[in-house]
Order: sequence, then structure tokens, then C-alpha cells
Amino acid sequence: MDPLVLARLQFAVTTIFHFFFVPLSIGLALLIAIMETMYVVKGKEEYKRMAKFWGKLFLINFAVGVVTGIIQEFQFGMNWSDYSRFVGDVFGAPLAVEALFAFFMESTFIGLWIFGWERLSKRVHLLCIWLVAIGTTVSAFWILTANSFMQRPVGFEMVNGRAEMNDFFALITNGQLLVEFPHTVLGAFATGAFMIAGISAYKMLRRKDMEFFKKSFKLGVIVGLIASLGTALYGHQQAQYLVKTQPMKMAASEGLWGKSGDPAPWTVYAHIDPKTGENSFEIKIPYMLSFLSYSSFSGEVKGMNELQAEYEQTYGPGDYIPPVRTTFWSFRIMVAAGSLMIVLSLYGAYLAWRKKLDNKNTWFYRLMLWSISLPFIANTAGWVMTEFGRQPWTVFGLMQTKDSVSPSVTSGQLLFSLIAFTAIFTVLAASMVYLFVKTIKKGPYAEGTDDSHSIDPFSKEGYHVS
Amino acid sequence: MSLNELWFVLVAVLFIGFFFLEGFDFGIGMSTRFLAKNDMERRVLINSIGPFWDANEVWLLTAGGAMFAAFPNWYATMFSGYYTPLVVLLLALIGRGVAFEFRGKVDNTKWKNTWDMAIFLGSLLPPFLLGVVFSGLLKGLPIDSEMEMKAGLFDMVNLYTLVGGITVVVLCLVHGLLFASLRTTGDLQKRARKLAHTMLIPLAALFVIFAVMTYFQTDVFEVRGLPLVLLAVVGLVAFLLAGWFMSKQRDGWAFGMTGTLIALSIAGVFVGLFPRVMVSSINEAFSLTVYTASSGNYSLKVMTIVALTLLPFVLAYQIWSYFVFHKRVHEKEHLEY
Repeated sequence: MDPLVLARLQFAVTTIFHFFFVPLSIGLALLIAIMETMYVVKGKEEYKRMAKFWGKLFLINFAVGVVTGIIQEFQFGMNWSDYSRFVGDVFGAPLAVEALFAFFMESTFIGLWIFGWERLSKRVHLLCIWLVAIGTTVSAFWILTANSFMQRPVGFEMVNGRAEMNDFFALITNGQLLVEFPHTVLGAFATGAFMIAGISAYKMLRRKDMEFFKKSFKLGVIVGLIASLGTALYGHQQAQYLVKTQPMKMAASEGLWGKSGDPAPWTVYAHIDPKTGENSFEIKIPYMLSFLSYSSFSGEVKGMNELQAEYEQTYGPGDYIPPVRTTFWSFRIMVAAGSLMIVLSLYGAYLAWRKKLDNKNTWFYRLMLWSISLPFIANTAGWVMTEFGRQPWTVFGLMQTKDSVSPSVTSGQLLFSLIAFTAIFTVLAASMVYLFVKTIKKGPYAEGTDDSHSIDPFSKEGYHVS
Repeated sequence: MSLNELWFVLVAVLFIGFFFLEGFDFGIGMSTRFLAKNDMERRVLINSIGPFWDANEVWLLTAGGAMFAAFPNWYATMFSGYYTPLVVLLLALIGRGVAFEFRGKVDNTKWKNTWDMAIFLGSLLPPFLLGVVFSGLLKGLPIDSEMEMKAGLFDMVNLYTLVGGITVVVLCLVHGLLFASLRTTGDLQKRARKLAHTMLIPLAALFVIFAVMTYFQTDVFEVRGLPLVLLAVVGLVAFLLAGWFMSKQRDGWAFGMTGTLIALSIAGVFVGLFPRVMVSSINEAFSLTVYTASSGNYSLKVMTIVALTLLPFVLAYQIWSYFVFHKRVHEKEHLEY
């Protein structure tokens, strides 16, 4: 098999899998930090119990996120060595800063948070979880700085055929980053919020620990609503930015071959044939693509055929059209999942506001349980669109994917690693789901999980640090 | 000192930090197999590194990130060239990381045994593989004029690199046992001390064999004879002191000495390499150096400012976390893992 295909497949598998856990960690960290803040401010034990119960799920998830993340840092060099040589100067820096700034912070303070409940004062302990939450978000900032460079390269000059950084500030104020970072992070907040709301709904359905889960649900839907709305808003910003910087991705995500006409309609459904470059069947909503692209009800959007001709002029002969169907459908799946999230969290927030979180809403609670999957679907689809839509480039306009792969790595080695990683990921996923279900079933008031230790008479000397 | 040289030193410092810190984690992980007599003792051992192991592992990630940023060609050549060992390393680290979190969550012997195996292998394989990799850097690897390393199995795994790998494993084990003697009590602590003391003899033998083989198999003593001999002398002193402190049951001092040994060993590798970062066995001219493998000056300057600003904070809060958890782990306490 072609090493390029295997390397791409491995990147897709490991990155998509990794990004199941990362947004959940980012979201849960924030929500737990909010819960513990309420505990410290209001002094009610219930909030501490909330932080601890959701903290258990957070820690299981965090562990998987951390270990699958190690692969990410290694595999640029392992599988994409020519890419690493070409952009290491610009791309390596944010990764190094991420490790130095965010990974150290997360990992040290998570240790202090887990083991520090009795050794730290309330406030210092609270500070630890906030530093973890900030660490996870800062980590997202740096990795997205690196990704944004791939979407829209800035702050570099070409020296001896390599991209060398010449403006670090341009890198961290990349227009792409300014829309991509809030969009991704708000999506992550929503992921954590929907997990908490969904599990709470399930527990309320079972009439278990109603008060506890009512509180959690409320927090979940409120954060979920704000975050989903924000994600959509920044998604819209990102689409407008896309038209300017990567029009081909935009055209592909619309299945738009020729000119759109003015005003441009938005295609809801299309039967796309990439071979002939035509769509045999389409359903369209008038004006909507103009609105999506320019926040106005007029304006034309360029099609793929026109852009292909333009790119051939600029970059030489070649095929510059990304996989159209994948880009088109991943975009629609993301938008659909995101819209559902807004509707569901809006209704949930309404119920919480009118104090109607009782036993009558079983249909809605059931729906909320299933809606846990929505942010995961949206996150994955969003990245599929972003990365597939940029093809054939790894760094837009500078380097193509086919030139990025490691020349010295054989298909045999790649097949081995692909199978090995997929296998271990399967074990991780199964174990994690098992532990999640087990922890959830046990509930927050389970015996023997909490403070059940006897006091050691030899250890009473003051080790409270604050 | 040019920025290229400074970053070479910084990468070395990050690896020293990694092996010093994660070294004892690895040692503890290995010792769970034969030092602990029952599940409770195993838990005490695991909990002794509970708050720390994750942050310690970040030193490796940071070292990797620093290589990527400061020496993209070094990162690209080494990581793609050492593909298969690194896949195994990743699998080991993945299994180990989740095992700490997972093992205690289900009260089932089979479940626990499975993850305990992951902890053991995940603590044994990484220091071994990294030992193999680092001694390979010294010995030289088939790197061509395009900076591509196309190594067969025996280029990577041979007697010299095997001795290197085993030496790192035993060094981490002794270091970890001393950490155990610092953080446990009673019988477990006594056994940890005793085993650490016993392991000094094979460790000494390995060091001597490795040094002799290095003299014959690599050019580092020709290139950097004097500084390496000086490092070796200081290492010998640290080793003897480690033994002496152990016999006096001064665990903390002994631990400091094995830590010093680790630092000196890694420093030795980097001193021997300099100014090369990877030695080519095909042609000396194909070796990667701190000048040919590096990023541009602007990148290095930015990274220097960032690193020197952040590193003091990182060190401060990591040290603080050790201070918070300085008390010994006790069976009667709440054990998280």
C-alpha cells in the first residue's frame, strides 16, 4: 500500500480519536472549576460533591486525552518528516510553547487537585482547578496557532526552500486563529456541558439524587446554551474569513462548481459527482450563501472550476479541488448537530428557568441523553471539513500533502503502527466507556469512594500548606 | 555562545530533567512487579508518584517540542529514522498513563493485573528504548546526504545500544527504589533500600562496560576526551557517595546522588555529540550539527525569550508540588490510585 495513504489514515485515526477527549477535558475542566468556585463562595457541601463526582469522569477522560496527545507530538516527525523540516521553524515553536506553557501547568496542577483535597486550603485548591482549566484552554490556543498557520500561513519568509519565522506576533494574531480559536474552544465548552446535562438527564429519568442532578443539569444547559450560540457565531465569522482566504474550501463545502450567481443560494442537499464536476440534484435556500459568506443578502461566491483555473495560474498545473463530497457533507453534519444543540439547550434552559425540571419531561431527558453525542459529531465533522477542505495542501499554497510524508518510513512500518495504535485505541475507548458507565451508575453518594480513610495517628503534624 | 549552542544546551537540560524526574517514576513502575508483596504495597508505590508522574512526563514532550522548534532537521531525521522503536515507546507510555488512572477504579483482580502489567512494561520499555536511541546517536547511524536515516534493525539494536538501554533501565530502577525509600514506611521502605543497595553492583558493572564500549565503538573520547573524563570522574564520586549514603540510610542524599549520576550520564551523551546532534556512520560530512539542523535565528531568539521567561515558573510550581506532597504515603491513608 502507498505510504502516503497509510500515513494520512493514521493521522486521521489518531487525531480524530484524540479530539474526542480533548474538548471534553477542556469543557469539563471549566464546569468543574465553576462548581468548585460555587462551593468556595457559597460553602455548600453539595457543590463540593458535584466537583468531585464530575471530577471523577473528568480524570478518566483527561488520562486518555493526555496519552493520545503524546502521539500527536511525535508523529509529525515520525510520519511527516519532510513537512517537519519545511515548517519546523514556524510550526515547532507553538508546539514547544504549548508544552512549556500549558502541559506543565495542566499536569502539575491536576496532580495537586487530585491529591490535594486535604493538604491544600480551599482557596488554593480552587486555584489549582482554575489553573488546570486555563491550562487546557491555553493549550488549545497554541495548537490552533500551529493549525492556523497551515490554513493561512503568516509571519514567515522562504529561506533556502524552508519556511522560516520572521514575525511571531503575526503568528499569534493570525486572522484565522482569531476565529478558529474561539470557535473550537466554545465547541469544547459545549462538549463538557452536554456531557453533564445528558448524564444528569439520565439520572433524573431514573429519579436518582434528583436535587444533585437538577443542579448539574441546570449548569450544563446554561453553559451549553451560551457555548453553542457562541460556537455558531464564531462559525459564521470563520465562514466569512474562509471566503477570503481559502475560497476553494468554501466552494467545495458548498458543492459549488460554477459561479453562485448574486445573491448566492445555500445548498441544503446536493447529489455531487466529482468526476463530471456537476451536481445532478440540489435543494437550495435563496440568499443564504451570501449571508453566510458576507453577512449580507447579496454577493457572489466563486465556484471550484473558476478557482481551479486561478490556482493553476498561481501554483502551476495540478488538481486543487479537495474531496468535495466529504467537505460538503461534513460541513452540513456539523451545522445540523450544532443547530440541534442550540435548540436543545435553549429548551433545557427554559425548563430550568421556569423551574419545570420535574419528572414529566421524560421525552426531553431521553433526548438530552442522546444529545451527548452531538458535540462529538460536530467537533469531528468540523475538523474533517477543515482538514479535508484544505487538501491538496498541508500548508495552504506552500506545501502539498504528498510532499510532506517521511521518505524513510516504509509502508510495512506504517501498517504496523496503524494497526497497533488502532488496537490500543479500541482498548482505551472500551475501558473508558466501561469506567464512565460504572462511575455514573454508582452516583455521587456512593459509599467508600470518598473520604473513607481512617486517620493515621502518626501523620497529624501540620502539612496543611497555604 | 550562539543561540544554536544555547538551544543544544536547553534540549540537554530538558532531557536531564526528564530522566531525573521520570527516571524515578519508571523505577517505581518497574519495582511494583517485584518489590511490592501485595496489592496494598503496590498501591502505596503507585501513589508515591501519583501527583507527579504526569508532570514528569511533560519534560519529554517539552524536549520533543524544543527539538522540533529549534532543530527541525534533528527532530525529523531522528523521529522518522527511529520509527519502530518510537511506536513501541508510544504504546508503552499510552498503556502506562491510563493504567495509573484505571487500575484502582474496578475491584477485580484480572482488571488490576492487566493494568499492573501495563504499568510494569510501560515503565521498563521507555527507559530501555530511550537508552538504545541515545547510545545509537553516539555510535552513529546510517544518515545520507539528504539527512535521511535509513536504519535496519541492527543499526539500531546492537550490543552497544543494548548495553546502553539496560544501563538506563538499571539506573532508573535504583533511582526509583531510593525514591520509594523516601516516600514509604516500614517493611516496604526497608526492602526498597536493600534492593537499591544490591543493585549498585550490577549498575557499576554496566557503567564500566558501557564506558569501555564507548571508547572502542564511538569517537566521542577522541573528540571530547577531557570533558568526558572529567564527567566520568565526578560520576564515580557520585556513585561512591550514593553507596556510602545508602549504607548510612541517608535516603535523600543517596537519591540526590543517583539523580546526579543520571544528569551526568545524559550530559555525557550531549557533550560527546557536540557540535553534532546525530552522527552519520556513512560519512562524517553527513552528520547533523547544531548549525545544519537548526531553525533560523529569529525563531531561536523568540523561543529563547519564551523559554527563559516560562521555565522559572515551571520549576517553581513543580518544586512546590513536591513540597506539598513531601509526606510519606501510608497504607491507612486515602489512596487515590
